[in-house]
Amino acid sequence: MKDSLKLLTRFSAHPDSRCWFVAWNPNGTLLASCGGDRAVRVWGREGDSWVCKSVLSEGHQRTVRKVAWSPCGNYLASASFDATTCIWKKQQDTFECVTTLEGHENEVKCVSWAPSGNLLATCSRDKSVWVWEVDEEDEYECVSVVNSHTQDVKHVIWHPNQELLASCSYDNTVKIYKEDDDDWICLDTLEGHESTVWSVDFDKSGQRLASCSDDKTVKIWREYLPGNEQGVVCKGSDPCWKSICTLSGFHTRTIYDISWCHLTNVIATACGDDAIRVFEEDAASDPHQPIFRLMAHVPKAHSQDVNCAAWNPKEGGLLASCSDDGEIGIWLYEPQN
Amino acid sequence: MAEGTRLENVNPLIYQRSGERQLTAEDEDEDFVDPIDDREIFDLIRSINDPEHPLSLEELNVVEQMRVHVNDNESTVSVEFTPTIPHCSMATLIGLSIKVKLLRSLPERFKIDVHISPGTHASEQAVNKQLADKERVAAALENTHLLEVVNQCLSARV
Repeated sequence: MKDSLKLLTRFSAHPDSRCWFVAWNPNGTLLASCGGDRAVRVWGREGDSWVCKSVLSEGHQRTVRKVAWSPCGNYLASASFDATTCIWKKQQDTFECVTTLEGHENEVKCVSWAPSGNLLATCSRDKSVWVWEVDEEDEYECVSVVNSHTQDVKHVIWHPNQELLASCSYDNTVKIYKEDDDDWICLDTLEGHESTVWSVDFDKSGQRLASCSDDKTVKIWREYLPGNEQGVVCKGSDPCWKSICTLSGFHTRTIYDISWCHLTNVIATACGDDAIRVFEEDAASDPHQPIFRLMAHVPKAHSQDVNCAAWNPKEGGLLASCSDDGEIGIWLYEPQN
Repeated sequence: MAEGTRLENVNPLIYQRSGERQLTAEDEDEDFVDPIDDREIFDLIRSINDPEHPLSLEELNVVEQMRVHVNDNESTVSVEFTPTIPHCSMATLIGLSIKVKLLRSLPERFKIDVHISPGTHASEQAVNKQLADKERVAAALENTHLLEVVNQCLSARV
């Protein structure tokens, strides 16, 4: 089974440090990584190998926890434990820091760009989620501070085609936000995980969400509109989210990241047990009670915790991973029937 | 602790330190591969200083060899520690010191779990959750003040 996920290459990205996160640019040609060495690196493919195109080391005073590309691919945002978020503008192969977003009280844990490119979200250990508006002059203005979580917010991600935002937290919940009268409000709280929820990702349609947790499970949530045929009760006119599947018994330690491929619909997880796993939905299963099958399991994918798994947005089956061992792995998933 | 600061536990029970590890013939044989055992892990953490008293964690019975478990094959280490009183505000700091000591000493392949001995602390779950969150641990260790306090716990006593 494990042969269906093949290692293409592996390289040291943040030597003597941990690599916390990797992010593909929108056309899938560049990979940005960040780590405990306070640097962001941008990698490009040359033949069969990956070379470092740029090192962005001047922006942050502490660990860089996450990076995110703008939908146009011309900007890169980096979130750091130094409580700031840097916005980098790409010029050929170099990046220039054009703005530093300040305001969070302590570690910024994640940053995410809305599909329109006009909105940015950040979250922090200070329990808040901030929504920023971007104008044409690269000016960023905070339009809302949402204090809905009761603990450390670990991850934020935008819905793929609507202006909806999802976040997850040390308080064991996932929250969904929408704009309401110039402010952003939490429209639903997804309860069910028994410990920290480390990451969430939407499927291509945005109707489903996958979450991964310190409780060693993955949950799949589905959006239901008011008055739905299934009888899922929603409050007022807002849609609500219900857990429709729990994957337990597969992971042996904390699951740090989850990536739902928008090209092939498969799910990859990055786990503290050093493994990468790939799950596929059984096409014959009930969409309201889907069955996901473990299709690939690489036990020693890295020599330490796997922190991130990211599907390439243009090349189906191409997966990047990174680890506490400072390395990046590039994998190809080929289902075997 | 500064002069005049009131101790939380004024009069802790003090326990006898264990003796040095008995060397065997195999310990001196460089060709003999011996796995890391519980005693070796215990030896790494028993002399950690208590943040409050001029005593080691072993002398306060905060750590005991029977609460240390290592599996060299599976690269896992689990340590349970027992705060001297159930409301000890130093519990997180003690746990962090144990974790840092093991992170610095053991090969990187090891998964290190540090917990409070079940039923011995009022905020057991909250402390355990915090110690298990590697992101928070990483951020804490980038805080110069906190790192200094941890290093004090880990320094050799004069």
